Amino acid sequence: MTESASSKENWLRSLWRAVNIPTAAVLLAALIGAVILLISGANPLDAYSALLKGSFGSLDALSRTLEKATPLVFSGLAVAFAFKAGLFNIGAQGQLLLGAITAAVVGFGIHGLPPYIHIPLALTAGAIAGGLFSAIPGALKAYTGAHEVITTIMLNYVAINLTDYLADGPWKDTSPGNIVARTPEIAAAARIPVVAGIPLGFIISLGIAFIAWWLLWRTTLGFEIRTVGLNPHAARYSGMKVARTIILTMVISGLLAGIGGAVETQGVVYRYQPGFNVGLGFDGITIALLGRTHPFGVIPAALLVGAMKAGSSTMQFDAGVAKEITDVVQALILFFVAADMIVRWILRIRAEEGEKITLSTGWGQQ
Amino acid sequence: MNTTLESPPAWKQYLARWGWGLGSALLLLVLVLWNYAQNPTSTEAVLASTVRQSTPLVLGALCGLWGERAAVINIGIEGQMLLAAFIGFLVNVWTGNLFLAVIAGVLTGAVLGALLAFMSVTLKIDQIIGGTVINILALGLTGYFYQQGLTTHGKLQAIPLGPLADIPIIGPVFFNNPPITYVTILLVFFSHYLLFYTRWGLRTRAVGEHPRAADTLGVDVYLMRYANVIFGGGIAGLAGAFLTLEAVGSFERAMTNGRGFVALAVMIFGKWTPLGSWGAALLFGFATAMQTQLQFAGLNIPHQFIGMLPYLLTIIVLAGFVGRARPPAADGVPYEKE
Repeated sequence: MTESASSKENWLRSLWRAVNIPTAAVLLAALIGAVILLISGANPLDAYSALLKGSFGSLDALSRTLEKATPLVFSGLAVAFAFKAGLFNIGAQGQLLLGAITAAVVGFGIHGLPPYIHIPLALTAGAIAGGLFSAIPGALKAYTGAHEVITTIMLNYVAINLTDYLADGPWKDTSPGNIVARTPEIAAAARIPVVAGIPLGFIISLGIAFIAWWLLWRTTLGFEIRTVGLNPHAARYSGMKVARTIILTMVISGLLAGIGGAVETQGVVYRYQPGFNVGLGFDGITIALLGRTHPFGVIPAALLVGAMKAGSSTMQFDAGVAKEITDVVQALILFFVAADMIVRWILRIRAEEGEKITLSTGWGQQ
Repeated sequence: MNTTLESPPAWKQYLARWGWGLGSALLLLVLVLWNYAQNPTSTEAVLASTVRQSTPLVLGALCGLWGERAAVINIGIEGQMLLAAFIGFLVNVWTGNLFLAVIAGVLTGAVLGALLAFMSVTLKIDQIIGGTVINILALGLTGYFYQQGLTTHGKLQAIPLGPLADIPIIGPVFFNNPPITYVTILLVFFSHYLLFYTRWGLRTRAVGEHPRAADTLGVDVYLMRYANVIFGGGIAGLAGAFLTLEAVGSFERAMTNGRGFVALAVMIFGKWTPLGSWGAALLFGFATAMQTQLQFAGLNIPHQFIGMLPYLLTIIVLAGFVGRARPPAADGVPYEKE
């Protein structure tokens, strides 16, 4: 992403450069998805048109797409933010779950607050829960060298078990007739409203994306984060505290994922129930890479995946195609975005000099 | 390697390298024998369950090890296991043949291994992303083609090895197992031999430590990496086949449950060696077996906390050991020919 775009032509060219590979990747992935649909005996045209109808076909569908995209913007931001420091936060899922249940507790545990206090309070609580949980892999990475890919995945399982326990134990909904594991409903004042078909959570996510961009490109901390990501040795040599930067990056990444969970609780589910937030954190990986790990790239990427989610139930209902095909398409998108040389070869686009993400520099190094 | 003039005697080096593991193994052995004296049946049950639980982990670790010894990090083991478990399961449902099903599982793992090799060796995609592609792809494909209510035609059954199976403790634990478990134990020793005592193993390690030097001496770096990652994929496929065809007898969505990642921790704990990985896998298997035992013992701990144990153990092991363990020098770095 070029930062100094002076003339209009330059600006257009940099926009084209930012979107050409992801767009081609999405189209190629959809094409292969169509082949899989054909093999399994489904009509890809029916499936894709039902998918489009369910995601953009009406005002309701559009609103649903925005609703589905909202937590994805946050999980995408969480993963993208960590990428900037060369960290791969697969644990956005677990951080999101903790954010979701913490927002629920603040939502149902406190009564009598006005919405303009209760909503941000629950959001903040969710963010902090995600941030604290994410500090663990950050500190482990910084001080012991334990690779965050494994520790965050393991912590995902810990988070699932922990939230399952909380929702079935101390924070269980004890209202008569309830037998499932879930928390009570949150107070009306903690709910994020939908204004004229636009979920307010989505607007919040746009603001947070802007803050993430500002933090990364307009502050000293952001400069340190990006330097550590590009070359940790150079960062250490120039006197930056690499360990501190790694932990801070993971905490901020966790904060972002935590808000994602909180927004889902306060804007959609209105309680915490195990199984309701599954996959949102993992989608963040696809979204971050599709958005080329840039906060502003994450937004259209989240909208795309959100549309796939919103449309997939219509697709299942109208065309009889199982929802999981969208997972397959997502994996293919990820493949083509990462394997940009295939896409370049097909589109005859010349390679550009840009920052490349390198994550797998080994297990023990920092 | 340590090339100082006065290197300590071999036994001291050995003790420094494996002392911690040997010490804890000895402690466990004493505990087990003591427990056996108290309650022989439950001890045997726990130990047999330890071996069963360790099988997919040691297979996964061997898969990761073969890749990383050739400098390809494989975090797609989870996906390789999952898709192999699914394909093996489907082949069994269609043909009713268990042997064919296992072969299909192994081949599935190998094909995904080839995909990983293509991504990381030829395309030079970031290997962590390549592995993630495999994981998501496997989750999506198995979810999409999954149909409820299918079960396998039978399961691989235990084959007692004659009089060996009658030895107390060791017999029921090691010599009365279903076929994949036997194959796994053989694979551990075979991998050890292959890695450290053959030309193939030497070349693999050379490619993982110093690909440029290996290339100069005429070793085909790309070929070695492809072959080892595909071989590893086949082993992960066997782990998948174990899950559906030997352990459970049916397929469930996301049934691998993180085992592919735990296997990576097992590999690191085992310091990238087959025998070390086996020991580490047995330790993890023991933790999981104890988990079931604790649940039956009626302890007043919520089962979710017991469920966290293997994952917490993985984190602790990683945090405590990865700093001191030494991965192959070129691990994760794509090789560019000059």
